[in-house]
Amino acid sequence: MGYLTNVAIVGLGITQLKPSTPEVSYKELIFEAAQKAYADAGLDPRRDVESFVCSSEDFWEGTSIFDEYVPDQLGAAQKPVCTICADGMYSLATAYMQILTGIFDVVAVEAHSKASDIVNISSIYDLALDPVYTRPLGLNANFIAGLEMNRFLHSRGATKTHCRMVAAKNRRNALSNSLAMNGGNMKLDEEDHQPALSDPLTSEDVAPIADGAAVVVVASEKVAKTLRKDPVWIKGFGWASDSPTLETRNWTDAAYAKLAAKQAYKMAKLNEPVKEVHVAEVDDTYSYKELQHLEALGLTGNAMAHTLLQQGVFDRNGTLPVNPSGGSIGMGNTLEMSGLVRVIELALQLRGEAGSHQINGVQTGVAQCWRGVPTTSGAVTVLSNR
Amino acid sequence: MTILQIKKRVAVVGAGMTKFMRRAQETGKELAFEAVHQALESSNLRIEDIDSVALGSAPDAFDGVHMKGEYLLDGAGGYGKPYSRNLVGGGTGVFSPIHGWFHVASGLFDTCLVVAEEKMSSCLPHPQAAFLTIFDNMIERGLGPNLIWIFALEMQRYMQKYNIPKEQIAQVAVKNKRNALDHPSAQIAQKITVQDVLNSEVMAYPVQRLDISPVSDGACAIVLASEDVARKITDSPVWLDGVGWNLDTAYWTNRDLYFPRYVANAARMAYQMAGIKNPRKEIDFAEPYDPFDYKELHHMEGLLLCRKGEAPKLTAEGVTERDGKLPICPSGGLLGVGNPIAAAGLMKICELFWQLRNEAGKRQVGGDPRTAVAQAWGDLMQIGTVVVMRS
Repeated sequence: MGYLTNVAIVGLGITQLKPSTPEVSYKELIFEAAQKAYADAGLDPRRDVESFVCSSEDFWEGTSIFDEYVPDQLGAAQKPVCTICADGMYSLATAYMQILTGIFDVVAVEAHSKASDIVNISSIYDLALDPVYTRPLGLNANFIAGLEMNRFLHSRGATKTHCRMVAAKNRRNALSNSLAMNGGNMKLDEEDHQPALSDPLTSEDVAPIADGAAVVVVASEKVAKTLRKDPVWIKGFGWASDSPTLETRNWTDAAYAKLAAKQAYKMAKLNEPVKEVHVAEVDDTYSYKELQHLEALGLTGNAMAHTLLQQGVFDRNGTLPVNPSGGSIGMGNTLEMSGLVRVIELALQLRGEAGSHQINGVQTGVAQCWRGVPTTSGAVTVLSNR
Repeated sequence: MTILQIKKRVAVVGAGMTKFMRRAQETGKELAFEAVHQALESSNLRIEDIDSVALGSAPDAFDGVHMKGEYLLDGAGGYGKPYSRNLVGGGTGVFSPIHGWFHVASGLFDTCLVVAEEKMSSCLPHPQAAFLTIFDNMIERGLGPNLIWIFALEMQRYMQKYNIPKEQIAQVAVKNKRNALDHPSAQIAQKITVQDVLNSEVMAYPVQRLDISPVSDGACAIVLASEDVARKITDSPVWLDGVGWNLDTAYWTNRDLYFPRYVANAARMAYQMAGIKNPRKEIDFAEPYDPFDYKELHHMEGLLLCRKGEAPKLTAEGVTERDGKLPICPSGGLLGVGNPIAAAGLMKICELFWQLRNEAGKRQVGGDPRTAVAQAWGDLMQIGTVVVMRS
């Protein structure tokens, strides 16, 4: 397939992630991220940005048809604005497609989380289950994750300790990321000191919920080259879904991530991801998910993710640093914004602007998101500074 | 804004819809499945031939299902495929083909299945209750506004601005409910008179019961394909030649409600893309969004199909009848066919498809139509979504 233009990320804006933000509204959070992104790109939204793509799910917001409330703080009133009910990475894919059609040169993508306003988040997760078949069973999100974790660990011969090692790595990485809210040093020798949420899942395996907002500006090649010397190019994009029902899905292998990666790698002409990918920012809403996703993304070759983890391959100084930002476990789980955080962190690495968690000499990276329990949907993008 | 130019042409090659009704026995997944099945059958394709899926569905509060798009996934044909859901309130139905258009016009996919589903009946005691949660949680919700009275404000402003008698507005309801008598999927096709509308129960003056479209369940689906693929699928593709969408400020109380400038912005974008310079001459028929009878008139003006304030006069003169010079809502519209929010918008796209292929049966407009426009509207009287199609 020949595409009409190349598309690059030219502006990044993100707020500090926090457990709660009583001092600002979601509009103010979005405004801060938007201002930063436009300043980073050197653009005036009223004059230069032609289209806006936002991300939200009504029940997270407590407001129906939430897309009503996005234009003003983005400078988007009376412009083409739309909302995609998915992770911000899906919105980025939509912006990417809009530019490829040739109708726009500059598009802004927004995602946010005001999760601290949600009084009882587990009751919202419950409402995502099929109202006829599974909701009456009273399963909660952690139970479903525990079930999948058990299946995954069993099939790989891995243990809970491997999952705690993922959490420890990501929280350690987060210590040097100023945006992160959950950096820390976990002691691995005190195994099982956390009570189980749903065995084998413990609270240390779960990314804590966070507030924040993120805006990314993308542009066609023609415009991107006039805006900056270091655009980050979108080389490939993929998104896919497995079966939504608990009864018929693949519980072992993150089939959605495999499909999405296949699509993204084909587009990016990435034949050997193990050799060609220098850094990865992948979904770690639960610790075991990082291992499962790395395998689905083909970043572990023939080996199993937990054995490479033990060898330190995924450490910041390893051969394939994974979530050097701290991931969702280290930075905080920002719901529909999580994927866009992964993209921003990857783009910062590729620009060489990741500060104290910068990895030297990276050229190509992969970012991936998952929409969380109980979904089987996710996206993958390949970014490069070449 | 840069000059809009489509580089890759996209066609509609198949369409399907369920019957619209007050309470469907089927689940949302089943409704979506039925529409998808029909759309695939009409284009002689199998689900394996579909590269990507775009879903539209209005607020989750109707179904009480969080992440409704994920729930509807398998019914809508998204299993194992790139699948995503858009939401722009009432504008969703006409935005969904635009969302699908991105998939194909970008060159990433050869085909895209566009599905719009709505099951409002699961919201008890009445779906209007779900609309109480669309208002600003700090400024407006405490006042307990509901949709019917904010539209009453808009209708009042429109009538006052141009001194429009209620009788002229009621004619839209009479026309659309009559047009719907020829639509096999219609929910409230009826022969009524202007007097019936004026005598119906007052909801929030000047809005009366027969001024409003009903609460409905239903689903629609269309198949999009790139030019080369479309020509292999069918001899009569219908081209999606212009798309436009535009969102105005959330502070709707600060706007003059007499004219939908966001619809005009979206229409200009779509017309420019389709190379239409004079919509009044070049558009053969139109399906503007008509959840209320005055909205059809409002939107004809927003779509630049007549001068401001002129739409009621054209309606009174019979210009907008199915056999008139500019047929408006020959399907029967939302007032006649029904209003399952997102599905109602896509129903208008289906109507354009059937009319432009001369397949609309008893609803067929005369004069061999070549170019038509469909539009939807939503959020807080805030978004316009417009699609121009050609045979």
